Amino acid sequence: MSTLWHDVCGVDEIWPNTGVCARIDNRQIAIFRIDRADGATEIFAIDNHDPHSGANVLSRGIVGNLGARTVVASPIYKQHFDLATGDCLEEPSLPVRSYAAEINDGRVRVCV
Amino acid sequence: MKIIVIGNGMVGHKFVEELVAQQNVAADVTVLCEEPRPAYDRVQLSAFFSGKTADDLSLVTPGFFEQHSVDLKLGVGAKSIDRTLKTVTTTAGETLGYDKLVIATGSYPFVPPIPGKDREGCFVYRTIEDLEAMTACGARSKVGVVIGGGLLGLECAKALRDMQLQTHVVEFAPRLMAVQIDDGGGRVLRSKIEQLGVTVHTQKNTVEIVAGDHCRHKMKFADGAELETDMIVFSAGIRPRDELARACGLGVGERGGIIVDNHCRTLDDDIYAIGECALWSGRIFGLVAPGYEMARVAAKTIASSPSHDAPQFTGADMSTKLKLMGVDVASIGDAHAATAGARSYVFTDERKQIYKKLVTSEDGSLLLGAVLVGDATEYGQLLQMMLNHIALPSSPEFLILPAADGQTRVGLGVDALPGSAQICSCNNVTKLQLCEAVGAGCTTLGALKKTTQAATSCGGCAPLVTQILKAEMKRLGHSVNNHVCEHFAYSRQELYHLVRVGRIETFDALLSKHGSGLGCDICKPVAASIFASCWNDYVLTRDKAALQDSNDYFLANIQKNGTYSIVPRIAGGEITPDKLIVLGQVAKKYGLYTKITGGQRIDLFGAQAHQLPQIWSELVDAGFETGHAYGKAVRTVKSCVGSTWCRFGVQDSVSMSLTIEHRYKGLRAPHKLKFAVSGCTRECAEAQSKDVGVIATEKGWNLYVCGNGGMKPRHAELLAGDLDDATLLQYIDRFLMFYIRTADRLQRTSVWRDNLEGGLDYLKDVIVHDSLGLGAELEAEMAQVVDSYVCEWKRTVEDPEAVKRFRTFINADGGDDNVVFVEERGQIRPATAAERERPEFKGVAVVAEPA
Repeated sequence: MSTLWHDVCGVDEIWPNTGVCARIDNRQIAIFRIDRADGATEIFAIDNHDPHSGANVLSRGIVGNLGARTVVASPIYKQHFDLATGDCLEEPSLPVRSYAAEINDGRVRVCV
Repeated sequence: MKIIVIGNGMVGHKFVEELVAQQNVAADVTVLCEEPRPAYDRVQLSAFFSGKTADDLSLVTPGFFEQHSVDLKLGVGAKSIDRTLKTVTTTAGETLGYDKLVIATGSYPFVPPIPGKDREGCFVYRTIEDLEAMTACGARSKVGVVIGGGLLGLECAKALRDMQLQTHVVEFAPRLMAVQIDDGGGRVLRSKIEQLGVTVHTQKNTVEIVAGDHCRHKMKFADGAELETDMIVFSAGIRPRDELARACGLGVGERGGIIVDNHCRTLDDDIYAIGECALWSGRIFGLVAPGYEMARVAAKTIASSPSHDAPQFTGADMSTKLKLMGVDVASIGDAHAATAGARSYVFTDERKQIYKKLVTSEDGSLLLGAVLVGDATEYGQLLQMMLNHIALPSSPEFLILPAADGQTRVGLGVDALPGSAQICSCNNVTKLQLCEAVGAGCTTLGALKKTTQAATSCGGCAPLVTQILKAEMKRLGHSVNNHVCEHFAYSRQELYHLVRVGRIETFDALLSKHGSGLGCDICKPVAASIFASCWNDYVLTRDKAALQDSNDYFLANIQKNGTYSIVPRIAGGEITPDKLIVLGQVAKKYGLYTKITGGQRIDLFGAQAHQLPQIWSELVDAGFETGHAYGKAVRTVKSCVGSTWCRFGVQDSVSMSLTIEHRYKGLRAPHKLKFAVSGCTRECAEAQSKDVGVIATEKGWNLYVCGNGGMKPRHAELLAGDLDDATLLQYIDRFLMFYIRTADRLQRTSVWRDNLEGGLDYLKDVIVHDSLGLGAELEAEMAQVVDSYVCEWKRTVEDPEAVKRFRTFINADGGDDNVVFVEERGQIRPATAAERERPEFKGVAVVAEPA
């Protein structure tokens, strides 16, 4: 399956340290904006589908860090997913996919 | 083995509990209980006057007798014992055989042989029936007298005062509580009690009671004085009920009491006597703890073979600590310095009305006794020092002297206590047992109480239990880590303080000043909640939205399939037909599942995030406000219909519930808060299962706090009684803010209360007596929250930027097509995984965009 960079939205449309959901080719991608203390802004993208509950909700979780990992907590049963890799910290057998994402000229782009 | 127990008082019942807990005894137990109800807490009897019911005081767990096949004969006493045939004849005329007989008949109130003592309106204070009779008479009386200024007499005086009678205590001795405290303590106690509006007469010998001129009775004293009163309660001591034993030839003491040995056996090996009817080593023990110990010893002796292996009763310490009308009084050991050579240290503060005395051995090395009046903080520590013969410091006076500002009190570390030290005398829990439980994982006061039963009866040992918990945790190297999470090395209580004192209003500021990292799903909602409790700003500003749990983030309750439910506020459960129709119309239009909640509201399920603002703009237009069902916040105030409609209601519970709900709506807290108001004692609103429960009385409102339904039901406790409207709100203000200030994250009031070191008394002190001087501050903090209330949903639907955040997709319109419903009983429900997998499956069409 080929992957393509998709333009999603302006970076200002995502409030700092929150997530949004984008529909790309009929897939739901959770996109997170992380503003670090040093002023850097980073974008992460993972599946919006929560494998534990079966609901499309990960974009609505609270983001933060656990140790060195930047994570989101599922709003349903609170498992944590590593935003960079999609790993599930509590149940490694149920990870989600992660996608490359970037800010380009004030726009958020995701490679799906 | 056939066992008959005569008496189902506190001690008799403890015996039955202990007996059925023995593994190795197959007993066929019959209990004769002459009162119309099984065992209840006689120690807490005066609580009956401040709103507790007979049920509240019951000591019997539901189903106890059935579960253990114990034959309880209510309203049936014992008439005689035949030791040869080994039978008991009951007052119902039945004759029952026994192998072992236990006499737990307790005592009866002594009424001095004063002419006129049997006049109508003269009472004793022992059973619930006595109290019911007193209540009935109290309602027809203006003046009440208690004869006897002992411990029970003063309890009685409180009861009379609670009934709003002009109250007098008449004592024969020169001071109150003559047995337990000395002259100095008696003086302070007297002045404190007189300040509370009770007149105290000492050295008064009542010689006759005759008809009064203005009141029902006139009491005549030996010194010629007279006192008119409408009712009289005798509380002049107790006498053992040993008449059954006397009649069958069992040995009794000269001044009464059935003689028992160290196993609580009478002179007949098959007959035991326990509690206040038993005479051990020439002494009668009129306290419940020694009675319980006798019950344990008797049960174990009966179950043991050979019986001399069983534990023995070796006497009991009679030290006591109690609160009489809000006055702390404690007496330890040799309070009167009667031991040869005893020396005393005395401290008196006449302004604060505190009296403290230490009695030491001649050389000052050991503590023999103490008296504490007005402040009994040191009770637990001094008691342990005396019981365990711990060497006194070189200047023992510092044990009772107030500490100078900023200095820590000299005291006894709990480390000094031996493992065998009995910490909880009600439930016989030693320091060693507590330490073992801590080692086994009980790391909170609540868990420790649950596992060991320590501090679960009178609660007096709770401070000591907490000290042992902390010391043991430290010793085991468990750091007592109550840090919120890895980002903040503070407890929630500390964070709250930092936020409030530092006037911190944003998470970034909090993190940069006191934390590290990015934060997480634990600390962010905690911070959001604290900000809301302190400053009550809109929760969805650009900097606050990211902190909110999904429920607060969307101002709705997330469900298993990612959709949300909506609960508009229906204050007090009162709603007009027009508004009810609006809810129906909205639900119909958006295809929502509707259900009535337990909090007298209506929950609308199945909305997708992007539909929430549309639905809410319709609800707001119709006059609805958010119900905060999604928040750790004040939820509902359930009410019954009250005196407006109900034949039995004594106050307007609906109006009060509306006042309360509108006052506290929107208040965010460590966890959700549920309230209820009942219009009479029938309690239809189930207020005693709520965090804050209000029950109407003839005179006002009783305030109950810290109840819970749910996983671990807990009855709320009476914080204050017969309050007027303003005082009720004042106490609720203080209570809520004190909880918000000190609770842990996600700690309901019930758990918070279980972990509160000083227990209910402490809470009463803080809220009712304002012992920390925080009252005004807490009220001001609440006033700020109340005054700054804005409906979050109204504000959200009026803000286009905020509405944008509810879109399901940032880059497309429409909803999540993964959300599929099926129809059931005429409404939607989420499709199950199995249903979705069927190839022919077709769900109910979601109302994508309403017209």
